[in-house]
Amino acid sequence: MSEETKYDGHFAVEGGNFRNAGQVSSRIKNILKDLGCDSDMVRRAAIVTYEAEINIVSYARKGLIHLRAKPDSVRIEISDEGPGIADIELAMQEGYSTASPIVREMGFGAGMGLANMKRFSDNFSITSRVNEGTQVVMQIDQVH
Amino acid sequence: MNLELIVESLKLRVRYGAKNLKREVTGGFVGDLLSDVIANSQEGNVWITRQIHQNIIAVASLKEIAGIVLVQGSEPAAETLARAEQEGIPLLVSDLPGFEVAGRIYKMLNP
Ligand SMILES: Nc1ncnc2c1ncn2[C@@H]1O[C@H](COP(=O)(O)OP(=O)(O)O)[C@@H](O)[C@H]1O
Ligand SMILES: [Mg+2]
Repeated sequence: MSEETKYDGHFAVEGGNFRNAGQVSSRIKNILKDLGCDSDMVRRAAIVTYEAEINIVSYARKGLIHLRAKPDSVRIEISDEGPGIADIELAMQEGYSTASPIVREMGFGAGMGLANMKRFSDNFSITSRVNEGTQVVMQIDQVH
Repeated sequence: MNLELIVESLKLRVRYGAKNLKREVTGGFVGDLLSDVIANSQEGNVWITRQIHQNIIAVASLKEIAGIVLVQGSEPAAETLARAEQEGIPLLVSDLPGFEVAGRIYKMLNP
């Protein structure tokens, strides 16, 4: 039965809107909790979605987060319309950040967001086209 | 050790969460960079910071932090207080510098 999809839905994220930043990850956390998903899986899904959401808000014009939950895994696909990332290897390095002073004042811009997405997911991939946008796909599996 | 004992000992001012102080504290984390807190804090930690923006509540909630201590007399922004209430995250304030708050809490947890 592990192929059965328990949830499939999309969430929009508006670039530049720091007031609502974190709302999608909070909703996703509640949805997965209500589905009765493993608590470690829920926690990690919320963390990686939060970092992805903050990147859309910080860098892109708008983005879409697609959540698909199965009984023992969660798949999160992010796509945004924005400047894209010219050098992904550089962007993945911990400490590298182009965050603006305003973004840094709020505590973002540690240059660890993409690394955290990779760290807390079991499968992580990123693609990007300059002046078009960025896509991130992450999968989180139940541990036991 | 629960949060209440730490609040009493350091005379922290409780800006929100007087009813949520019974939680066991597993350790502490010091930092103002949100992604660093996400990467390195542990569930049940007290988080010592000077960051007052509402994003600290989202991060504390994600990581299941026991409580946040704002140091050096920092006061939470109005939206931060409202978010703390929504998420049930204790928000505490101290006039002491972060170094001293961390040192005192460390000593209490590792006598
Ligand atoms: N969705 C995105 N669109 C454009 N650039 C991005 C995006 N996500 C990340 N970046 C770039 O990669 C860098 C590193 O991102 P990240 O690891 O999340 O750290 P931070 O956001 O703290 O800078 C960012 O500073 C930015 O230059
Ligand atoms: Mg980021």
